[in-house]
Amino acid sequence: MSVTLDMSQTPLREVNATLQAAAKAQSNEPHVIVNARGSHAMAVGLDGPLHVTVKGSTGYYCAGMNKEATVTVEGSAGPGVAENMMSGVVTIEGDASQYAGATGHGGLLNIKGNASSRCGISMKGIDIVVHGNIGHMSAFMAQKGNLVVLGDAGDALGDSLYEARLFVRGSVKSLGADCIEKEMRPEHVEVLKELLERAGADAKPEEFKRYGSARKLYNFNIDHAGEY
Amino acid sequence: MEKTPQTMPRQSWTFSNEANAEIRRAAATGIYDIRGGGAKRRVPHFDDLLFLGASMSRYPLEGYRERCETSVTLGTRFAKKPIELKIPITIAGMSFGSLSANAKEALGRGATMAGTSTTTGDGGMTEEERGHSEKLVYQYLPSRYGMNPDDIRRADAIEVVVGQGAKPGGGGMLLGQKITQRVADMRSLPVGIDQRSACRHPDWTGPDDLEIKILELREITNWEKPIYIKIGGARPYYDTALAVKAGADVVVLDGMQGGTAATQDVFIEHVGQPTLACIRPAVQALQDLGMHREVQLVVSGGIRTGADVAKALALGADAVSIGTAALIALGDNDPKWESEYQKLGTTTGAYDDWHEGRDPAGITTQDPELMKRLDPEMAGRRLRNYLNVLTLECQTLARACGHNHVHNLEPEDLCALTMEAAAMAQVPLAGTNWYPGKPGF
Repeated sequence: MSVTLDMSQTPLREVNATLQAAAKAQSNEPHVIVNARGSHAMAVGLDGPLHVTVKGSTGYYCAGMNKEATVTVEGSAGPGVAENMMSGVVTIEGDASQYAGATGHGGLLNIKGNASSRCGISMKGIDIVVHGNIGHMSAFMAQKGNLVVLGDAGDALGDSLYEARLFVRGSVKSLGADCIEKEMRPEHVEVLKELLERAGADAKPEEFKRYGSARKLYNFNIDHAGEY
Repeated sequence: MEKTPQTMPRQSWTFSNEANAEIRRAAATGIYDIRGGGAKRRVPHFDDLLFLGASMSRYPLEGYRERCETSVTLGTRFAKKPIELKIPITIAGMSFGSLSANAKEALGRGATMAGTSTTTGDGGMTEEERGHSEKLVYQYLPSRYGMNPDDIRRADAIEVVVGQGAKPGGGGMLLGQKITQRVADMRSLPVGIDQRSACRHPDWTGPDDLEIKILELREITNWEKPIYIKIGGARPYYDTALAVKAGADVVVLDGMQGGTAATQDVFIEHVGQPTLACIRPAVQALQDLGMHREVQLVVSGGIRTGADVAKALALGADAVSIGTAALIALGDNDPKWESEYQKLGTTTGAYDDWHEGRDPAGITTQDPELMKRLDPEMAGRRLRNYLNVLTLECQTLARACGHNHVHNLEPEDLCALTMEAAAMAQVPLAGTNWYPGKPGF
């Protein structure tokens, strides 16, 4: 049995309160949101191992600050999907708008389509797999975690990057400040292999290049002032 | 032979010793000066206003017999659980990382004893702070260091930081000297690197987006927590209006004297407006929207005395917030450390290299030995005492003007000593009924 929440009949507050209570209670019943109609802030703040499916596309911040829950969007997602996610799995069957997975601390964000600009901005430990392409300034100031892109990356990938690891199979239009291509060592192949499997991605680790921080901007040096 | 009279050696006003020293420092190091604190330049301030006091047209309240209330409620617009404070003075956001854990604990202790709130900062919420703060405001900053939904839910209010008076339009920085293992872990970054905090939020741009962001925060917290929006003193009329439009319960307005943990001196001294110049435009925006007192206004930046508190309230604020003054109450820049300040090349009252982490007072440091110098219980009591004095002074002035609540203070209670202050505060120049820009004159 599943619980259906119809957003054409049910206010957002009631939908989220229902989901939050079910997650907290560790309900085994899957919850399905229908008539999502691009609503903002759906399924946010879930704190428990609940399964939620959204039929249709979402607005801003779907699954924001998710903990443990599994949220699947059977459509595309608006800006900031799974922002500041802590754990769990968020899957987008379509495309994701800008800031996907922004500042996420953990869990897996699996985007089956493309992701727009600033994907993984300031990510802090989240794993993001994008089956298509990503837009410009992705992984800007990314701190920890892994960003895997099966397609191409736009301009200024990994600008001002910290310790996040970026894996791109296709082309990279340009790298941002302090982001460089790095050797793909065996431990990286292992990480990537596991992530590709979890995301159900049809790709081999050997097809990817790894990018990371040159660490030249970690402490201010006047000789690098032009990079800032 | 008679000596020929010579001209006195004449120093340039433009190329002063201070300016020349900065030129030499820049030439030697190749980097701009970074420091903590707020604007040090002289700007029109609350000192340039006076209360008129009671007279034939109004009578005062008896200081020791008639009550003058000081309570304030913040977050009455949308939040299910507004914050009730006993005094209209809050503790501003200051980060763990910039400040020691003991200092954060002391701020929580002092604020709680005085019946008010304290605020986290860039870097997240510590147990010391949460545990000792009855009312804790959780800052939501561009860096999102340490941000997590558990801390959001255990906060009493959320403050979305858009700007800061010391550096409107600028991000933060915490230099590597202060990035210990604990600070680094909380921020998900390596030990010892210079940490840059972004100048704008990563997942929204502009007030339309912010409105949706606030919706998300309310949905995560069951619409219980008041949402503050903190703005730097840049364009106070429009920024306040847009904050209201975005759904703020409370607007926190920080003028250029407001402090920072560390940023470029050129930013601190040359960007933003004085606190005094910001209040009336912000109040006007609230009044134009029919939101004055419905959306509360908290003013910060250079509050030192109960007179400053009273003047800010008289100009239309609902409360004030203190940061630098709170640190001084804890023991920052105390003369007892003068010999150590001198070893650092500075002196009591001027020490502002907070980013270097060598604070003799043990406040703006992560050095374990220096941190021990600050006893959080004792420092908390000092802060409590100071907050009590601010409150008593504010009550004294309100009673003198005939008010039984500090919120009944009004611009009509004030006059200005200078043309500049009259123009900024929109109260008459002393001895006149006129201020620059007054309509119909």
